[in-house]
Amino acid sequence: MTRRAVITGIGVISAAGIGKEAFFQGLRSQSPTPPLVVEDFDPAPFFDSPKEIRRHDRFAQFALACATEALEQAGDLQCDPDRIGVHIGTGVGGLSSIETQVLVNEKSPRRVSPFLVPMMMPNAGAAAVSMRYGFTGPCETTATACAASTQSIGSAFNAIRWGRCDAMLAGGSEASNTPTGTQGFINMTATSSAGISRPFDLERDGFLHAEGAAVIVMEEREHALERGVDILAEIVGYATNADAHHITAPSPGGVGASACMELALADAGLTANEVSYINAHGTSTPLNDANEAEAIMKVFGNPGPAVVSTKGVTGHPLGAAGALEAAAVTLSMQHRLLPPTANYRTADPDMAPIHVVAEEQTWEPGISISNSFGFGGHNATLVIAPT
Amino acid sequence: MSDANFDRMKNCAVEMLSVDPDKITMEARFIEDLGADSLDIVEFVQALEEEFSVEIDEDELEDIATFGQAVDLIAAKTQG
Repeated sequence: MTRRAVITGIGVISAAGIGKEAFFQGLRSQSPTPPLVVEDFDPAPFFDSPKEIRRHDRFAQFALACATEALEQAGDLQCDPDRIGVHIGTGVGGLSSIETQVLVNEKSPRRVSPFLVPMMMPNAGAAAVSMRYGFTGPCETTATACAASTQSIGSAFNAIRWGRCDAMLAGGSEASNTPTGTQGFINMTATSSAGISRPFDLERDGFLHAEGAAVIVMEEREHALERGVDILAEIVGYATNADAHHITAPSPGGVGASACMELALADAGLTANEVSYINAHGTSTPLNDANEAEAIMKVFGNPGPAVVSTKGVTGHPLGAAGALEAAAVTLSMQHRLLPPTANYRTADPDMAPIHVVAEEQTWEPGISISNSFGFGGHNATLVIAPT
Repeated sequence: MSDANFDRMKNCAVEMLSVDPDKITMEARFIEDLGADSLDIVEFVQALEEEFSVEIDEDELEDIATFGQAVDLIAAKTQG
């Protein structure tokens, strides 16, 4: 029998809102003022002691907080813990811990924290979730820049359908808005000098470096049906490939991205005309958006599906982006509503014509895809279906 | 060791180890009674080095199993 994987829990932390409902309402609102850091996050409810909080980098704190929210929604998973895995990706891991300790080391090497290594390592978020909940299945971290958490969710989907696991905690976490981290993006001219994220708009001039995290609970569909939990959506297809072109620039014409979307649709056994909605990578950089639009046009034609980039509100939380966007797609299905591509005003005449959703609209939930593309040429696409 | 220094050490332990102040006694064992592991002890010792402006070498830690032994070590290093 074919094993299918459904989503039964969501947890989100974003500058657009803490908690899934605040997040979704945030997607419908004005974009927050940069810097897009998560204000008012209190890690205390998720740890046993101040000592434990201090020993987890902010990105790992986010991961544990999101996993906790997602598990509260999913309820008792009623699985053998050996068959529950954790796949939580990140772009850079514990960057603030590294930066802080580099300064300590310059003054006094003896004072460098013995917890630096377990705080900076990219797998710290996944490890924190596994340890807190006693999940002893595969626990992994994908660190493929901005494609990381879409690959994490895709790998988790594979773990369920290929029979290794019955449930997975999957997603991504990013808290890299440190002085050096942000400056690195500024100096590579990737970020918006206007301080506005406006995906696909004529005036777009770069992304906004953001914090954020999201974790979903996925489980084998029959198992979810047996225990009677609400099924929010189903992952029905996944693909990932590589541009093999350039460390930061997408391949010309978006050929890697279009191939990835086609592979994902084939994996789902669907055709392009069955797709209702695309949550785009849509970073608001000139190159990404132009190439992604061309890739979408090539796969879906014109007029194609509704396209939203939620990064107009969330900014770009790097390795957490795909998880936030998988959550956004699933929440759209619950609310029967597509959020707007915030700050999208003017079509770019040099861009392939795609149907960018500029204003919030009601929506009859349908087959959706979520794209993520990472520095290094990593492309990843999820296909998500309503229940 | 003066009471003032004992209290400073106790404060370091409470903060670094996240333990109840009432558990800090001369007899309290770091691992068994205060729930510390080897990395906790390294961090606690770093806090003591900072607090008392002393240096504690790794081989000096080998014989430190109780809070009281740490108190004695700091007392010897500070002649207090």
